[in-house]
Amino acid sequence: MTRYLLLKVGRALFVVWAAFTLTFVLLYVLPANPEDLMFDPSEINTVSDETKASVAAMYGFDKPVPLQYLDRLGHALTGDFGNSVHNGQRVSDAIGEVLPATIVLSVAALLLAVVIAFGIAVVATTTRVPFVRALVEALPPASVSVPVFLLGIVVIHVFSFRLGWFPSFGDAGWRGLVLPLVTLAIPVSGPIAQLLVRSFETELASPYVTTSTAKGATRGWIVVRDVARNASLPALTIAGVTFGHLIAGAVIIETIFSRTGLGRLTQVAINSKDVPLVQGVVVLVALTFAVINLVVDVVYPLLDPRLRAELRAKPADVTAPAVTAAPATADVEPAAPADLVRT
Amino acid sequence: MSTLTLTAPGAAATATLRRLTDTVRDIARQPTLLLSWVVVLVAVAWAVVPDVFTDASPYEGDSALSFAPPGWGHPFGTDRLGRDLYSRAVHGASATLTATLIAVLVALTVGGLIGLVAGYFGRHVDTAVMRTVDVGLAIPSLLLAMVIVAMLGYSTRNIALAVGIASIASFARVMRAEVVRVVSSDYVEAADGVGARRAAVVLKHVLPNSMSSVLALAALEIGTSVLAVASLGFLGYGAPPPEPEWGLLVAEGRDFVGQYPWISVLPGVLIAALVLSSHRIATSFRRSHQETS
Repeated sequence: MTRYLLLKVGRALFVVWAAFTLTFVLLYVLPANPEDLMFDPSEINTVSDETKASVAAMYGFDKPVPLQYLDRLGHALTGDFGNSVHNGQRVSDAIGEVLPATIVLSVAALLLAVVIAFGIAVVATTTRVPFVRALVEALPPASVSVPVFLLGIVVIHVFSFRLGWFPSFGDAGWRGLVLPLVTLAIPVSGPIAQLLVRSFETELASPYVTTSTAKGATRGWIVVRDVARNASLPALTIAGVTFGHLIAGAVIIETIFSRTGLGRLTQVAINSKDVPLVQGVVVLVALTFAVINLVVDVVYPLLDPRLRAELRAKPADVTAPAVTAAPATADVEPAAPADLVRT
Repeated sequence: MSTLTLTAPGAAATATLRRLTDTVRDIARQPTLLLSWVVVLVAVAWAVVPDVFTDASPYEGDSALSFAPPGWGHPFGTDRLGRDLYSRAVHGASATLTATLIAVLVALTVGGLIGLVAGYFGRHVDTAVMRTVDVGLAIPSLLLAMVIVAMLGYSTRNIALAVGIASIASFARVMRAEVVRVVSSDYVEAADGVGARRAAVVLKHVLPNSMSSVLALAALEIGTSVLAVASLGFLGYGAPPPEPEWGLLVAEGRDFVGQYPWISVLPGVLIAALVLSSHRIATSFRRSHQETS
């Protein structure tokens, strides 16, 4: 178990380090004159060479690349990604300011998405009307095929302009949260629902369901009491993917609804080529992704006794359990939910 | 009856013909699949020969006709400048579809190659390559694509490259898994055993036998890429405004959602229809692939 844990922690650390390195190469090394990025693109021609040279010296661009890299890595380890080019604010402060808004939005959207997904799975597996079943099962693929921005625009048109129930933009109070929340929850629910429908079906075919049926339990009772509990565990395995959907969705939704948040900050940072801010955001996202997957990898065996037994039985082969029973994170082939998982 | 004619001349042609009619019958039996093919083929036709479908110019508008709702003269209505939105949608198809195609090809070739190398050489190469690929999976592809396109410069071609690069990781994963499976199979061992050259083994056995899963993923990736390309276009990373790229068309109508919703909604519905259709077709491919194997 300790080895399994260490291996997973090592992998998580590696992913974060590699994300830092990748963004360093992409943002600081590949551009021919990185100091040019430190100026407003519209004013770049009016900037004198001396100013450019002094800025290059300030950011350390005149030093050899390996030195720059070690310097930035050292600072990044303490959470210091430098200052925003745009307004000189510390990157960590700029991100910290907008993070709560995005966390509220995505956590709420995730909860709603899980509720929707369970609703779809329960209806799809309990109904005896083929037409209803086909209709409900078509919902998850549809929900990921409709572009998030279209969904947002339709939702704004109907609930804000036609019905006037909720404001169309801004982040004032809970009323402003409703529409972005619903818009974000719909695409996020798709892959979860698809996975749940599949795992509900597998569970329904298992012997304990036959036993319960024989003892006189109704289909609905079995689904709610037994199947839902056993079938929901695999949903954890796409936690990382779901997180990706939330982030990608937040970028577009915060733009459409003009909300402050990490997504909007990212877009603004990229538009204004605010290199330190972009790097900070990307590394933060990779870090969150790595932590989520690490937690899933560690928690999954705790929740599933079969896996726990396997871990104890074969301590030598540390990666095996993740492959065989828990298609957790790095070890799954994306064959199962691959049709929907990518953003 | 068919077994008797197998050796006769022209048997191959008959078999091909029969397979073709079988496919057509299968498609006709499933109305949603048929509809999906119609949507995709219409979109391709728009992209290839837009002038056949519309006479109206996608750039020139009649300001007297601005904000006309969808109707006979203008099936999709007109925008602020009185430009025919149907014509803009038809002419925009090529930008969106070309970008999608490039993205999928980039992801397929580069990802496939990386997966092949990792899976075939195994051991340390495999570990190094696949841990690097993990990083690609740790950053949401839209975010990665945004960063890449910002560094490359804004254009539809760069959107295509960025979306492709951002999807390399998932292709590498699937390819690697398939290659590992094929390399450990008896026929590859046998080929190695009789002294076949490594390159020959890879080209003749490993590659063809591991391609099917990757191609199935590529089919699915088409819909996902349409969505990614349109999203980046919507966010303004693509062609500049007069161009009729689909994501941009939706963005242009955003300010008028309250009064003139069709400007955004109709191009958006086109994107959704195309994505849904290509997903549907890709799933049917995968199903028939699973049945045969």
